[in-house]
Amino acid sequence: MRKNSPTSKGILSSLKIGLKTGLVGAILTVLLSLIGMVEAFSQRYIIHEVISMGHTLLLLSGYFIADRAARRSISKGKSLALLNSLISGFLSSGSLILLIFLGAFVNLRSVFINASPVLYQLLLFGEEIRTGVLLLFFVGGVVGFFSGLLYLLTGWIKKLTLIPLGSILIAGVLQDLLRPTLAAWGPLSILSEWIFTANGLSISGAIVLGVSISIGSLLWSFKGKSLQRGIKSLSGSKRKIFTYAGFLTLVFLLLVLPHLLGLFLSEVLTIVGLYILLGLGLNIVVGYAGLLDLGYVAFFAIGAYTTAILTSQELGFFHFTFWSALPIAILMGIFSGVLLGIPVLKMRGDYLAIATLGFGEIIRILVLSDFLRPWLGGAQGIGKIPKASIGSFEFARPQEIYYLILAGCLLVVFISLRLKDSRIGRAWMAMREDEDVAQAMGINLVSTKLLAFATGAGFSALSGAIFASKLGSVYPHSFNVMISINVVCLIIVGGMGSIPGVMVGAFALVGLPELLREFAEYRLLVYGAALVVMMLLKPEGLWPEAIRRRELHEEPGEKLSNDSTQGTSGS
Amino acid sequence: MAILIAKKVTKQFGGLVALDRLDLEIQERSIHSIIGPNGAGKTTFFNCVTGFYRPEEGEILFNNHSLVGLPPDKIVRLGISRTYQNIRLFPNLTAMENVLVGLHGHLKSNFFGIVIKSSFTKREEAEAAEEARNLLRFVNLSGKGDFLAKNLPYGDQRKLEIARALASKPKLLLLDEPTAGMNPKETQDMMDFIQRLRDELGITILLIEHQMKVVMGISETVTVLDYGEKIAEGSPGEIQRNPRVIEAYLGRGSAEEVAAA
Amino acid sequence: MLHKIRERVTPTDLIMWLIGTCLLFLMIWGSIATIKGGTYSIHHWFDFVIFGLAQGSIYALIAMGYTMVYGVLRMINFAHSEVFMSGPYTAYYFAAAFYSSGLLDRQPILCLMIIFLVAMSTSSGIAFLLERVAYRPLRTAPRLIPLITAIGASFFLQYVFRGLFGSGFQAYPVVKILEGEWRFGEFRLLKFQVIVILAAALLLAALYSFIQRTKVGKAIRAVSEDKETAYLMGIDVDRMISTTFVIGGLAAGAAGVLYALMFKQVHFFMGFIPGIKAFTAAVLGGIGNIPGAMLGGIFLGLIESIGPSLFLDGLGIIAPYQLKDAIAFTMLVLVLIFRPTGILGERLAVKKA
Repeated sequence: MRKNSPTSKGILSSLKIGLKTGLVGAILTVLLSLIGMVEAFSQRYIIHEVISMGHTLLLLSGYFIADRAARRSISKGKSLALLNSLISGFLSSGSLILLIFLGAFVNLRSVFINASPVLYQLLLFGEEIRTGVLLLFFVGGVVGFFSGLLYLLTGWIKKLTLIPLGSILIAGVLQDLLRPTLAAWGPLSILSEWIFTANGLSISGAIVLGVSISIGSLLWSFKGKSLQRGIKSLSGSKRKIFTYAGFLTLVFLLLVLPHLLGLFLSEVLTIVGLYILLGLGLNIVVGYAGLLDLGYVAFFAIGAYTTAILTSQELGFFHFTFWSALPIAILMGIFSGVLLGIPVLKMRGDYLAIATLGFGEIIRILVLSDFLRPWLGGAQGIGKIPKASIGSFEFARPQEIYYLILAGCLLVVFISLRLKDSRIGRAWMAMREDEDVAQAMGINLVSTKLLAFATGAGFSALSGAIFASKLGSVYPHSFNVMISINVVCLIIVGGMGSIPGVMVGAFALVGLPELLREFAEYRLLVYGAALVVMMLLKPEGLWPEAIRRRELHEEPGEKLSNDSTQGTSGS
Repeated sequence: MAILIAKKVTKQFGGLVALDRLDLEIQERSIHSIIGPNGAGKTTFFNCVTGFYRPEEGEILFNNHSLVGLPPDKIVRLGISRTYQNIRLFPNLTAMENVLVGLHGHLKSNFFGIVIKSSFTKREEAEAAEEARNLLRFVNLSGKGDFLAKNLPYGDQRKLEIARALASKPKLLLLDEPTAGMNPKETQDMMDFIQRLRDELGITILLIEHQMKVVMGISETVTVLDYGEKIAEGSPGEIQRNPRVIEAYLGRGSAEEVAAA
Repeated sequence: MLHKIRERVTPTDLIMWLIGTCLLFLMIWGSIATIKGGTYSIHHWFDFVIFGLAQGSIYALIAMGYTMVYGVLRMINFAHSEVFMSGPYTAYYFAAAFYSSGLLDRQPILCLMIIFLVAMSTSSGIAFLLERVAYRPLRTAPRLIPLITAIGASFFLQYVFRGLFGSGFQAYPVVKILEGEWRFGEFRLLKFQVIVILAAALLLAALYSFIQRTKVGKAIRAVSEDKETAYLMGIDVDRMISTTFVIGGLAAGAAGVLYALMFKQVHFFMGFIPGIKAFTAAVLGGIGNIPGAMLGGIFLGLIESIGPSLFLDGLGIIAPYQLKDAIAFTMLVLVLIFRPTGILGERLAVKKA
């Protein structure tokens, strides 16, 4: 008896993990259903008529919750891990069953607007209630068990299960990106017509896609290493040829991209491009110099409004062309960067953030006010801004504006790269790391900070000028604080101080939500959740700076905590 | 000839007098130590010299140039550099970058030169990199230039901090407890190294140190501070025999207390 | 003597003083012109002050959460505006049920108590969960990281509420006993505004004495002074941080109900503007400083309601009321420039070297 009780207690306490994690899963699935995501997402199929995105969402959350349960209880033994994931799977679906029963007795809809009969039907897989509930419960268990099993499995079996499933999922989610892109490629269009239906993949397409991708990944795992080694062992000159070839391909791709993508995707690309420009500018201020600027949108607005005032025929003050207005807009940006930089020179951290946020808002409110309306157009904004043109070529459609933005991005990337490994870039980074010591190393804080503000503001104004010409009009509502926050987030999600990180961040936070436009209602919800999860799991960003990444994979040496604050007073 | 002269320097924090009319002269090419119990005002004096604090009263002259009121970045350009009691490197920069930041004041490239990579910038950057590598070699850190400062072992961090301070080509180097946390072997190496700095580079060294072995072993002059006041000054031998110093360190009548306990 | 002065004053200081003096001059000039112009009677000013006080005491209540969290964690809890929104939004369903059943008219006091209770517990529950899920795992992370999670959590909460309850405005029911006005000769007092001011004052006083007098309050203050030492003294730091969030949530929930009753509606985005304002108030008062947050809130409320008419009207600016937020933020920036630690903030010794 005595001997047995601790072990049975041990089993019970280790089942607690499954129960606890399962409870989180239960809340998650109910939440997903009640906020309407399941219903909205079931409009779109991953595989046509087989599985919708709504169901996929629930399955995925069940899968991840069960995976977590297994992960947390693996130390207690494999069978317990499996049991725990099974329990959490059952709990995740069990809560939905509770919801259905509750909904059958009480009119939940008077409070929760999405608790509709359609939702219940979806959760019951369209069956009548008894079979549906059993099916739902069963599916929960299966998902939990499957997830636990996959966690325990290793090697190629796991790979061969996850890779095809994952690729089908990605193909299904990105169908709006892939289908028109593939369709533009002549012979490939037949393939795309065969893989995709109007809504989701076809069954045969999904099978073929899964199988071919697993074969591909198998081949790569056998041959890939030797291929890589082969490239590495090439002689210097040959490797140079490879690099040049790669570079040329990239340039070619960038040049033809809008023609491959079509109108809608090009439009998305231009929006992403504008954010990349903004991100690269703010990357200098936040990523390099460590000055958290939440009023960054002000310079974007100043660039756009300067262009508008100088070129708009509606106002008729001036009749500049885009090209002659552009340098003035950038100069105005730089000038205001310095001007708004001076008052905040001595502020640090959160104070700086809130003061700059204040500046951004002040500028937006001033622009919006009736007081300045004769000059700035008030809430109606300024219209009739001419497009940029070279000779008779006009940057009017997204596919053409793309080149304007591309040129801007290339220029800004070039400048950022040059600055980074220079006296100025090092001064910025030293200031970010320790302002006092940086000053004691001979860095003039005033000019260095102002230079960072000015450079960032200049890039931002460039982005604003292109934005004004792209839209043909400017409104104060386009320049709210959300833009500043978005840009800060994309820098940090991409990886602070990393130039490729800014691009990855812009594609992830701006591009992806644009692609899933029909779910616009849930865009910011997912965005918020993604930010939290990202910071919890991968705080260094999606594409951190090369050095930091390398160090993360090295065995860290003896670390020294530098946060003690001795020495403030004399010793 | 005195390279640094402090006259009646007073620094207060609220009611606390951290430095009380301190007079101090540091001879050129000497190794000068400041010792004293915790809270005696040693680091405060460093902070006053390097411009972190502004003394309420008094004058600090460096080669006859007044330092009071100058910001730290101007002071380092005059030729005073320092290290910190609790190492303050730039943790997320590489060792090489840390040293290059130290060279900042001697580089002249401007924004446009950097963006177009003018021949001047190119040459300057190459020279700076060469100089930084030499400095890393000088402190025995060659080959570790690509490590992030925060990932270096403790002893290397101390050395890197000195290399960074040397990069600004100081005439006067202020070292704040350079041997703190070191074992006897490392301490001996550091002592030899400090002497090399003076003998080979001709840098005047002002040292805050707690280990008496180090103080007595390498310094020519020792100044003892207590409650912000100078209570003694002289050669190591004189200081060891000075009754006021013994009292400051052990307290009046402390010998009896120790016996009673 | 002269060279000393020259060394102290840098060109940037000079520019800042210049800007400050210009703004001050404009303010004074505008005020004189307004008062001379006589567009507003004494009754108008009285109304402005009372409205400002009511608005300001709500800001003060929300600001408590910001300032206390900043005290213990040194971070801006950006999601506090959603903590503020969640309480009254949830309580709305109770209020609506009471209204339709007629209970709200028969037992208004009881109903209001339940509404407050629901709102305060929801807000504090959300604040508690927020700390647990989004901030606790990041205690040792660089400071920008929790700020980003806070922004993320803020979006998440907003859109969860939108998803659950819909995107429209929900009209808060009218509580009859709070309507109407008292007249004192020529002056009139809206009952509701007086009650908001009194309720907020009561809550603030309770909070303040809780922080000052009780053992938990002392422990929280110890944690904001020095986490490590507090831990060594046997204080459960994690629990105190949780408690801080809960208290901030309680205050925000109460403020939310007052706000909802005042403007008679709730909306999933309603937290954003008051949130930013309250944060401004916390900074104005000296962030981390509890009486400062109260004072900052009231100051901001007053400036917002009096400022546009007083300063701008006399300058001949059209529709000055549109610029009230600009005045609030200008105040913020001015305070940050000339008194960076806030109105009541102590001048901490600059941490250097």
